[in-house]
Amino acid sequence: MDQATKSAETLRRQIAATEEELSRLREQLAVIENEEVQNLKGLSLEEGPVTRKWPLELEEYKRYGRQMIVPNIGIQGQLRLKAASVLIVGAGGLGCPAAAYIAGAGVGTIGIVDGDVVETSNLHRQILHSTAKVGMKKVDSAISFLTSLNPNLRYIAHTEHLTPQNAREIVEKYDLVLDCTDHPTSRYLISDICVLLHKPLISASALRTDGQLIILNSPPLPAGDASGGPCYRCVFPKPPPAESVVSCGDGGILGPVVGTMGVLQALEAVKLITAGKLRAAEGEKAAEASMLLFSANSNPPFRSVRLRARRPKCFACSAEGGLTLESLSSGSLDYVLFCGVTAPVKILRPEERIEASEYEKIMEERKGKEHLLVDVREKVQFDICSIKGSINVPFSTVQGSRALAPQGEKPPWIPESLAPDAPIYFVCRLGNDSQVVARKLKESGLDKEGRYIGDIKDGLKAWKEQVDSSWPEY
Amino acid sequence: MESEETLPIVVEFTGGLEMLFSDERKHRLSVPARDSKGDAVTVGWLVDYLCEEIMKDNRKEMFVLDGHVRPGILVLINDADWELEGEASYALQPNDNILFVSTLHGG
Repeated sequence: MDQATKSAETLRRQIAATEEELSRLREQLAVIENEEVQNLKGLSLEEGPVTRKWPLELEEYKRYGRQMIVPNIGIQGQLRLKAASVLIVGAGGLGCPAAAYIAGAGVGTIGIVDGDVVETSNLHRQILHSTAKVGMKKVDSAISFLTSLNPNLRYIAHTEHLTPQNAREIVEKYDLVLDCTDHPTSRYLISDICVLLHKPLISASALRTDGQLIILNSPPLPAGDASGGPCYRCVFPKPPPAESVVSCGDGGILGPVVGTMGVLQALEAVKLITAGKLRAAEGEKAAEASMLLFSANSNPPFRSVRLRARRPKCFACSAEGGLTLESLSSGSLDYVLFCGVTAPVKILRPEERIEASEYEKIMEERKGKEHLLVDVREKVQFDICSIKGSINVPFSTVQGSRALAPQGEKPPWIPESLAPDAPIYFVCRLGNDSQVVARKLKESGLDKEGRYIGDIKDGLKAWKEQVDSSWPEY
Repeated sequence: MESEETLPIVVEFTGGLEMLFSDERKHRLSVPARDSKGDAVTVGWLVDYLCEEIMKDNRKEMFVLDGHVRPGILVLINDADWELEGEASYALQPNDNILFVSTLHGG
């Protein structure tokens, strides 16, 4: 035991030292990368002709030639791209691929908004970031990648989240906005500010194997003008209930799925810019609005559906709407309140919950015979890792009632050998679903013979913190 | 006799809604052509029918809330927003495709 403690201590010290070394190396790398960029910029300036005969630099003809010779792009399209400015809100799974193609295409000014830092769990899909950049601001990481991809452009870092207070100042400098965020609150906010500042908006989203893409407020005519394109509120006047909103962290996401949607956003941006559609032409009317649906497992995987036009009583883009720049920036529009928040689940009483460390004791004392641990995560998660001796009854099967027996009867997953008074503990990833299931089973009368039914507080997250540091958190 | 008349339709779910319907995205259904009052069935009627007859999950509120399709779900009739087609009062026609899309927010 002493020997083990000693080796653990040595390893801990080694890890700390290596981490320190790693962060020192990262700083060095950032400095060198920055110098490279400056050098590249210098080079392209030196090589450029002093007296300009052509509208683009010579290097730009080479760089963009393959796209300039595509019909409908041409030199005019390229010059429009160079003159355009695009704001990408969110440097995640959508924003990374979108930004890469938009920078590659030569959009003159690119702004990126994000307040988050790079995490290891981002890397399978957020392709501008890399392992060495974990811990770095996403915006800085993205711009360092983009600068090495295309040093000719102007990049503007907004290393904070978009808020009602800063939205006007950030968005007004740009011609076009891409919503690459991951929550309804930001989606309504971005749509509202785009309506108020007359910016077209390309909005995409993705979850698991599905993606959605809509072009909104295009043409970006003033509120009340029925010829303008619908806004997010026209399509979704009411936000979904907070408990129906599933994040990528909870529901999962395939990299190429969200990547596909981000690439499509870049494509729509290039189309709008090169066609000269950033502003409404005289007398222009919105084409029929549509939403593109992508389902990786459907055949065919793409499907376009027709959407409604501007809603005559839309809160944001109709003449009757109550949205103004003042109401937005003063904070009188509370987007968080509008979309609702999921309150922390508090279904069980304190005495119906045990700490992870307490469960470890029970496990040792009872040797796994006289109690049952039920893991209510979905099967795909249970298969990744589970506590020894636990059984899996997925939350979805309990919700679908398939795992519940009629009132008073024993559910089929309880082993015959389990004593009627043996305690049953529930566990899940974070300690929310386990409460729901424990309560349901209590209501079905499963504890009527005096058995204890409860859950492990804070779930497997607590198990890792309190009991098993080797637990593979995913 | 008229109660035996049925309509073949296709109902599809996407954006996660399929989880409420036995994890099946596409349902080929044969629904009664007339409701209990003898009127032609509508999309509004279909929503109730799906809740009562097809949905096995007990989270009805994830599909219907306060008597309406829950906010955040788009209903498409033959690939067009149902608001373009008369919403819930649209009378179902043979071989209609009704698609329910839950909006996604991840990115």
